[in-house]
Amino acid sequence: MINAVGRDIPDYLLADGKEVYQGRFAKDGQLVKRDSPTCVMHEKPVADKLCASIREACEHCDVHDGMTISFHSEFRNGDYTASQVVKVLVEDFGVRDLHVAATSLGDAHDLLADYIEQGIITHIESSGVRGRIGEAISHGKLKEPAIIRSHGGRPRAMMAGELHVDVTFLAASTSDKAGNASGVGGKNNCGSLGFAIPDSQYADKVVIITDTLVDFPNVPASIKCEDVDYVVVVDEIGDPKRIASKEARFTQDPRELMMAKNAADVIAALPYFKNGFSFQTGVGGPSLAVNRFLEDHMREKNIKMGFALGGVSGAICNLLDKGLVGKIIDVQDFDQTAINHLANNPNHVEMSQSEYANPGSKGSFVNYLDYMVLSALEIDTKFNVNVVTGSDGVVRGAPGGHPDTAATSKCCIIVTPLVRGRMPVVCKDVTTVTTPGECVDVLVTDYGTAVNPARTDIIECLDAAGIPHVSIESLQEKAYSIVGEPDPLQWEDKVVAIVEARDGTILDVIRQIKPYDFE
Amino acid sequence: MADKITRPRPKKDRLRRTMMFMNAQRPGLIKDAYIYGVDSIILDLEDAVAVNQKDAARFSLYHALTTIDYGDTEVIVRINGLDTEYWQEDVRVCVAGGADGIRIAKCESADMVRQVEAAVEAAEREFGVEVGRTLLMAALESPLGIMNAYEICTASDRMLGCAISGGDFRQSMHVQIEPDGIEMQAARSQMLLAARAAGVQCLDTMFPNLDDEEGFRREVDLVARMGFDGKSVINPKQIAYIHEKFAPTQKQIAHAENIARSCRAQSEAGIGVYVVDGKMVDPPFYKEAERIIELAKKCGVYHGDL
Repeated sequence: MINAVGRDIPDYLLADGKEVYQGRFAKDGQLVKRDSPTCVMHEKPVADKLCASIREACEHCDVHDGMTISFHSEFRNGDYTASQVVKVLVEDFGVRDLHVAATSLGDAHDLLADYIEQGIITHIESSGVRGRIGEAISHGKLKEPAIIRSHGGRPRAMMAGELHVDVTFLAASTSDKAGNASGVGGKNNCGSLGFAIPDSQYADKVVIITDTLVDFPNVPASIKCEDVDYVVVVDEIGDPKRIASKEARFTQDPRELMMAKNAADVIAALPYFKNGFSFQTGVGGPSLAVNRFLEDHMREKNIKMGFALGGVSGAICNLLDKGLVGKIIDVQDFDQTAINHLANNPNHVEMSQSEYANPGSKGSFVNYLDYMVLSALEIDTKFNVNVVTGSDGVVRGAPGGHPDTAATSKCCIIVTPLVRGRMPVVCKDVTTVTTPGECVDVLVTDYGTAVNPARTDIIECLDAAGIPHVSIESLQEKAYSIVGEPDPLQWEDKVVAIVEARDGTILDVIRQIKPYDFE
Repeated sequence: MADKITRPRPKKDRLRRTMMFMNAQRPGLIKDAYIYGVDSIILDLEDAVAVNQKDAARFSLYHALTTIDYGDTEVIVRINGLDTEYWQEDVRVCVAGGADGIRIAKCESADMVRQVEAAVEAAEREFGVEVGRTLLMAALESPLGIMNAYEICTASDRMLGCAISGGDFRQSMHVQIEPDGIEMQAARSQMLLAARAAGVQCLDTMFPNLDDEEGFRREVDLVARMGFDGKSVINPKQIAYIHEKFAPTQKQIAHAENIARSCRAQSEAGIGVYVVDGKMVDPPFYKEAERIIELAKKCGVYHGDL
């Protein structure tokens, strides 16, 4: 069946009430019965919930074949937990047919790729699927298609009972003996634990893994002791160098700076740019640099930002310290500056992944977002964006909060170079739709800016401000005139991954990649 | 060869607020240097290119000139000095590829201009390019060059203007960059007089310290007030401020409009001198008013209907 972004979704995937994507607010107002975990009562006081090892915690957690386990990705490429836990389950307990649900999976998890190839891990649900895991998925090594969800789509799926987690293993920078856990105050800090919070509330069993046991009570806690079954203390929960960079620095690349400036000029030209406005940006070179140019506009017009959402880096923390930002609402931290800032500034507060972006909730923070600045691997002339499949068709990215913030923000700006190497970024049809074009308002490239024709209001504002813009078709033609039109990728029939829209419908499918055949 | 040339015929009198230097040998830089909105780019065959890479740089220059659509951005080539063995081959490549103009490095005399002109003309004939198409400009880098500025600027009809080159000039004067520009005051002034007398453009040197934003702005303010037509840049981030400073202000534009509007009526009524916006004006002001409106249009800051 063809869905609202023109993608053909195989009928066999539309079983058990699964639907195709019908538009960005098609499910607004729909009723949802929230799922609830099956928990063990802890009526009788105990001294603590400590386990000597991951293995001991697993012994208490009824591990079995076909079980679903989950992890969070606040420790990014420095994460040790997912690999350690899966190894114990597979090697010590002989668990097979393992289902892994994570907020993201990447380069820290090559071991999981081995288990996928061996047929031990049979199902993956995640936002990011990078590194060797992405390769394994794209080469058809999973029994069932992987499910790729946005940051908002994941807690929605948990709430709706579509993703039910048997045991979640949540790394935390600190915990007390009862499981009050936090992303700060330890030896390996990640800052916000926002991604872990829904799992602590919706999984049947919750195991905290930390390397810094602190005195009870560890408050304020991100994860509450009332949700935690067991606490494991390990030597190290992560590699600090790969958890967060020291400080994400502004790019010096003139091309990226020019794009950042042009994006900031667009922001300042729209009516939402007034006192109390809200803003979020990605951490990529040009996106991050928008902060710098935005500061100039804010000072010039004497405007202050009400709140910033994130995905937080030092850049926005510095703006808050200069008195230009009211609050930072934080679901994850990209650098050490942001982590320390969260720990020390009362106007910088943590939010859960569900509070951030869950469309199945009664209203998440993204619903109040004015501006979102994002990047793209590809964007087509219908403004559809791909941030998941690479130019070779292999899964190597993450929608993250992209589809959520694009759908809800008043103005979603994509900033990307027109071409990367030999690949046109602005193209006729994206390989995979991960954010529907109806959610994307402005495209800023190094060769010019294009506005979604549906946003006649934005076009008028840019014209009034003297900001030049061109059609997205002319940008696509320019891209093809520089690097040529790529031959289409070659696919097998087998669907290896489903890209779920944030409302749970099917936005697109990714098929198994076929070795390229030069005919 | 001439059929390879894709660029339109160069114009001597065009907007040159910014001329951005880039190494002709760096494909990543030159492939789309026009995206930054600079008025002219200067593809460098001289100092930026190592001696054993001159051929490679010419090769990349030729293909850039003939395959990349630089649109309205002027493309000038800085050739090697006349005291080297490279400049004649540089000229042949520039002409064959259809460069808009050639920047003569370390120019000190009218003879040097004529020497390059002869080589350019020979190359134009060799490659079947319209004779006179290729423009010239002189980089004045020494006290002698400054002293001979007028003769240099009038040495050829191809001359679009002259530019002072601060690095070499300051060395030969035994001075450093000063915050108020005093070390180049005399040279800049003398070159401006010569260029205006010759009816060609006058362009300032690049500001080398990319991190000194304040010093950069001070220098731009200075040379804009002195009457330069533009300034060399070495990084795209220097472009925006120069374009802002070299464009007429809205106040200047409004005053120019008032002069232009009133001019016809007054002259029909036989009045020579009269008052506009509280300032006395007479016929020479009309010409200046027209120049400001024309410049404002070229800079994209004119929104009126004249």
